[in-house]
Amino acid sequence: MRLSTLSRTTLAVVTGAILLVVYLPLLVVLVNSFSTSTSLTWPPPGFTLEWWVKAFESEGARQAVATSVLVACASTVVALLLGTLISFALQRFSFFGRETVSLLVILPIALPGIITGIALNNFFRTIAGVPLSIWTVIIAHATFCIVTVFNNVIARLRRMGTSLEEASADLGAGVWTTFRLVTFPQLRSALLAGGLLAFALSFDEIIVTTFTAGSGVTTLPIFILDNMFRPNQAPIVAVIAVVLVVVSVVPIYLAQRLSGSEQTRH
Amino acid sequence: MSVIPAIRVTGLTKQFGSTTAVDHVDLEIAAGEFFSMLGPSGSGKTTVLRLIAGFEQPTGGTVELFGQDVTGKAPFDRDVNTVFQDYALFPHMSVLDNVAYGLRVRGVPRTERRDRAMRALAAVRLDQFAGRKPSQLSGGQRQRVALARATVVEPKVLLLDEPLGALDLKLREQMQVELKQIQRDLGITFIFVTHDQEEALTMSDRIAVFHDGRIEQLGTPRDLYERPASRFVADFVGTSNLFDADLSESLIGRRGEHSIRPEKLTVSAEPPSGAQMRSASGSLVESIYVGSGIRQVIDLDAGPRVTVLERNDRSRIADQERGGRVHVSWHEDDVVALIPPGA
Repeated sequence: MRLSTLSRTTLAVVTGAILLVVYLPLLVVLVNSFSTSTSLTWPPPGFTLEWWVKAFESEGARQAVATSVLVACASTVVALLLGTLISFALQRFSFFGRETVSLLVILPIALPGIITGIALNNFFRTIAGVPLSIWTVIIAHATFCIVTVFNNVIARLRRMGTSLEEASADLGAGVWTTFRLVTFPQLRSALLAGGLLAFALSFDEIIVTTFTAGSGVTTLPIFILDNMFRPNQAPIVAVIAVVLVVVSVVPIYLAQRLSGSEQTRH
Repeated sequence: MSVIPAIRVTGLTKQFGSTTAVDHVDLEIAAGEFFSMLGPSGSGKTTVLRLIAGFEQPTGGTVELFGQDVTGKAPFDRDVNTVFQDYALFPHMSVLDNVAYGLRVRGVPRTERRDRAMRALAAVRLDQFAGRKPSQLSGGQRQRVALARATVVEPKVLLLDEPLGALDLKLREQMQVELKQIQRDLGITFIFVTHDQEEALTMSDRIAVFHDGRIEQLGTPRDLYERPASRFVADFVGTSNLFDADLSESLIGRRGEHSIRPEKLTVSAEPPSGAQMRSASGSLVESIYVGSGIRQVIDLDAGPRVTVLERNDRSRIADQERGGRVHVSWHEDDVVALIPPGA
């Protein structure tokens, strides 16, 4: 398609403007993390590494990172296990209510976090009688982390078909051997992509976390929220925000690279 | 048969929902035979193969392998191996690992399975490609890897599901010869599924022609070609000039449906003389030069359009003009009586 110079310029300007709106604030946060001003005045009066040092020395921040990593890892593991199992069930078997189950599995990612949060909060405390803790956060995160694993794995299973597994069985391999030597290696990159996305989702989640975390369970986003409006904490928050951005972007980038290279390979 | 057949299927039936893919098929395949299952897509031939391999469970009937009932057994408990239509090579393994796979899952020690896999690769002249991935091979090479992978475990029966379907014509013809050679060398039973009648005729000891989930005719290539039993077989295996009951009565002088192969007809300007020769007059519609022969299309005065295939023989080329009057003649022995469908 050929475009006139005018429309091309217009489109380029609009695209640039949108990207600017999205990424300029992030850049400001990054700059602010080196600012000498405690109230984040703009432009920064000077630059310092003080906040980075403070952030790394801060017990609360380190604790929050550890909590977030633990929650993200645990919910990713749960999502990988359950997401893979449900993918197999829905792709390889036909049974009554299959479509419904498929919809129910995907739904949590579309549900507003506040609904999931309130519902799980109610369920844990009043019906199940479980005190809120780090485990309730993990379970809550797993509900939507499953979706990313499920989407990746089921797409792979669909494309893979059953002929490789049939070939393996034909050559004398039992069900487990076939899974270990043929199916799993085929799924590996889909599991990695789904797992990385799940990790990133969980790592920066705040709404559901707010409703399901027990007292004393402070994930990184909650730590930021708590410290955001405290006097003189703003630059530390900026530092943590930068760390959070990096930790969330890397898995997304890797996941996209993985699914991208898969597509070109076929 | 006193000798135990390699494969015996009895009353084999497979339904998918409300459609019957395979409908009470009975079949015996002798050990060492090159047996083809021929038919158009959807005729049930591939389903029969998958039932023998164990990928599908029959709705009814049994599958026996050398006298042993294997109907309920999983694919990995059956001493048959398959060459798949899409080859189904494991993309994450090297060519060597693909071929050694069957030995690996049987617990054959590493060095031994390496040697045997290399020998199998050498047999299909691919030993120098052992370290490559399947994606780095051409279609014909992948096909031969699939063959090596299936034969290295020394199955009693090899199932081949349209293995040459994805290859171009030249390669296909070359592989037909190679497959036949490999089968003779290994001395194992081949069950070959194809929709290509020429392929089936060239390679097989016997052929079963499938139609609508049933075997329409079973016989040697010669039987099928010379004596097709039904209109379907006459039409599907090679080309045929078909005459319905009325035309047979008037033109051939016999009751029932009949067919004559195009190459059994001759075209001449004058009616032929000679015992047991019959002829009909008509006008030439088209004369097509096909290299090794000349195909002529003639509208008979009695109604039907017939195709005549004559050898490209200098003395034969009667440069008939389109619309010219000709006589089509045939020997009485070349007329084949067809069994009406459903009889």
